[in-house]
Amino acid sequence: MPDWLPVAASTYAKDIDGLIWLITAIVGVWFVIAEVVLFYLIFRYRRRAGVKPEYVDGSRKKQIAWILVPCAAILACDLVIDAASARVWDEMKLTNPKPHMTVRVDGRQWAWDLTNPGPDRVLDTSDDITLLNELHVPAGEVVRFELRSRDTLHSLWVPELRLKQDAVPGRTFRGWFEATRPGEYGILCAELCGVAHGVMKGTLIVHESSGYENWLRSAQAQAPAAAAPAPATAPATAPATVPATAPAGGSVAR
Amino acid sequence: MNPVAEAPAIRRPAPPAPAAHGGDDAHGGHHEPESFWRRYVFSTDHKMIAKQYLFTGVFMALVGGFLAQLMRVQLASPGAEIPGMGAMHAGQYNTYVTMHGTTMIFWVAMPLLLGAFGNFLIPLMIGAKDMAFPRLNMLSYWTFALSTVVLLGSFFVPGGASPVGWTAYPPLSANPQYSGNVWGVHLWILAVALEMVAFLMGGINYITTAINLRAPGMRMKDLPLILWMQIVASVIFLFSAGPLVAGAVMLLLDRTAGTGFYNPAAGGDPLLFQHLFWFFGHPEVYVLLLPGLGIVAEILPVFSRKPVFGYKMILWSTIATGLLSFVVWAHHQFVSGIDPRLAAPFSLTTILISVPVAVTLFSFIATLWKGSIEFTTAMLFALGMIAVFLIGGVTGILNGSAAADIYIHDTYFVVAHFHYALIPPVFFGFFAGIYYWYPKMFGRMMNETLGKLHFWGTTIFVNVTFLPMFVMGLRGYPRRVYDPTQFSSLGDMTLMQILATVGTAGLLLSQVPLLINFFGSLRWGKVAGPNPWRANTLEWAAPSPPPHGNFAAQPSVYRWPYEYSAPGRAEDWHPQHLPSGAAAEGSRS
Ligand code: HEM
Ligand SMILES: [Cu+2]
Ligand SMILES: [Cu+2]
Repeated sequence: MPDWLPVAASTYAKDIDGLIWLITAIVGVWFVIAEVVLFYLIFRYRRRAGVKPEYVDGSRKKQIAWILVPCAAILACDLVIDAASARVWDEMKLTNPKPHMTVRVDGRQWAWDLTNPGPDRVLDTSDDITLLNELHVPAGEVVRFELRSRDTLHSLWVPELRLKQDAVPGRTFRGWFEATRPGEYGILCAELCGVAHGVMKGTLIVHESSGYENWLRSAQAQAPAAAAPAPATAPATAPATVPATAPAGGSVAR
Repeated sequence: MNPVAEAPAIRRPAPPAPAAHGGDDAHGGHHEPESFWRRYVFSTDHKMIAKQYLFTGVFMALVGGFLAQLMRVQLASPGAEIPGMGAMHAGQYNTYVTMHGTTMIFWVAMPLLLGAFGNFLIPLMIGAKDMAFPRLNMLSYWTFALSTVVLLGSFFVPGGASPVGWTAYPPLSANPQYSGNVWGVHLWILAVALEMVAFLMGGINYITTAINLRAPGMRMKDLPLILWMQIVASVIFLFSAGPLVAGAVMLLLDRTAGTGFYNPAAGGDPLLFQHLFWFFGHPEVYVLLLPGLGIVAEILPVFSRKPVFGYKMILWSTIATGLLSFVVWAHHQFVSGIDPRLAAPFSLTTILISVPVAVTLFSFIATLWKGSIEFTTAMLFALGMIAVFLIGGVTGILNGSAAADIYIHDTYFVVAHFHYALIPPVFFGFFAGIYYWYPKMFGRMMNETLGKLHFWGTTIFVNVTFLPMFVMGLRGYPRRVYDPTQFSSLGDMTLMQILATVGTAGLLLSQVPLLINFFGSLRWGKVAGPNPWRANTLEWAAPSPPPHGNFAAQPSVYRWPYEYSAPGRAEDWHPQHLPSGAAAEGSRS
């Protein structure tokens, strides 16, 4: 079987994958049973000369049981799925592991402003590093994120982390992830946000922890003052100026 | 041994003299020859209105299919020149997605399943002369026609048609500055509101008619299942439409009057719209599913010559599905930022819907048991509907699980899932219904060879089109993006994109035999006679096609609709309107 899902690069990715396969297996069994029975009956009871149909209206207790007993089994499967699903959900959304640092993700038409707290690991201080469409985090550490939008809805979507969360203007959403696998991953937008929605992309760079420290140092050295944080006070100024034909590559607004 | 076959005749009172109902003076007494306008345009005859909905819906299906094909060409070969249109740009793609989805749901599925079949069948199947409110019915169609003009007109205003998705989420939809579109979105909102008004008038009519104008002797439990499904669908629609219309009005006010219902800077909340939209939107998919299932429920017994299995179970599970559909809406919002504690309850209700839906589907499958199945085109589409819908049904469980949905939400997996959930009731159901009731509508038979060509083409190409989308979705491809080459990090999906596009072309081409068959049979089809399928329900007691006023004499009802192959009877069918003991008149002509 080919790799159906992208690599799993966060702690909860494997739980979500496990859940997806569990559900697929359960519903797959029911699907196969239903199709096999359907096609068997179609074949077995096709019209043949001299064979009379029988009057069966499914109103007797025994006949009703043919339907309701399998449906009770489906109910049981549903509850298993619900329980498994709730367990994964709770782990992702209702627990609050202690973070190594907090980053800020601001979506706007059509780019991500991504703020790393810098060496002091505290946001909104002078050593913050704000980059366009680029976020650096260490592997093996819990990273909290604050997700906001400056204009329309966007959705932070990192397939390899199995992380998706809408950004809603007027709200700050707080969540977390722990990347497990160093590498570069696409940050996509999964919510229609206007003409260049399809090319609103960033990159998440997950470092080994030493690599992360190196990156921090070099970023600091390169642009000590470039940390001028994109202020959250600039709501929605970009749009009207964007050409109707979005360029085919790269990010659009800057 | 066989309590059902004879019992109805015993417990049923002698039918009263035909009541003077029918609702409208136009149907009393003899009919003057009508002018062209009265007959074909401003008709109050439910059958003509049904045909108006039918032709409008088919036309819009061609529009929606054409838009789908445009998108598919772009996705398979990004930037390709489309003859006569040039290369597609991102804004156009967004417009096509929006208008395709909107058209298919509101201007294809609704008019075909409810407008055409609801109108045609409800009075005929209950032995009535027309709808309870024939003029309201006419107003319903013409409101719908107006909404169609507004929708299509929005393509031609400055800026083009709406690009904000069929879900029209604010702030994108509320703020022209974000979408770059003023008039297209205005007209989209207006068109959808008018369309809802049209079907609200229709729904009131369907429910009133089915409950009040039944033929003498016809109890609610003698209603064919399709009528139950139409009633439940209409009730769901009536209860869910209000919030959406309210939401749309607020959206319009935000756009035009400077209110801030969805504007956080003014104290509003964009999520409010999502709740209002999906409080309507999820029940809406059952509004479309139920009439499709209803069509299948009528066809299976006729072509397996057996009663439908578990009438009461199907009925109760239909009602349960309808009720449950009102408490699942937030499953569209698992990642939208709602309180995470809401996920578990909405996951639970969503996944539980599988139980009543399974009751219905299993009962349909069991109907085949010990039957004698004849593979007419109508039957093939009915069986195909079950086989294909199962894919849509089981994949819905993945979406319903909040945690799994984090991954697949807004990816092509969802696109594949909802097409597998919608195409069976909307297209397979509609096709099955057309092949089955065409003789009644037009008095002639359709060609079976062309029909089978149509069936196999449709079934094969639906899967060629949509199976690859599951694969793309699992890779993480987001939906509503015009340039798939942007996502090379997710793996090379060119093959899948091409398959889906070839599938779409094949699917559209497969509709050619239907169009030829449909129009050719009007002229060359074999004359059908009143009851070519030897079916029990009342519409087959009327001439084909039924005249204005429907029945030569008011029929009375003596039994339930599914009395096929009852032991001790010479014929294997027993029409609802025949007194016990009488032989069925008219056979396969
Ligand atoms: C001819 C068969 C069809 C094809 C090839 C087709 C194809 C597509 C494609 C390519 C998309 C856009 C996916 C994206 O970019 O996100 C789409 C979206 C959609 N389709 Fe279809 N479709 C078909 C029939 C239908 C039918 C019958 C319905 C409903 C009854 C339907 C409802 C929708 C909806 C609601 C959307 C979402 C629109 C949006 O995202 O705003 N489609 N379809
Ligand atoms: Cu976007
Ligand atoms: Cu839903």
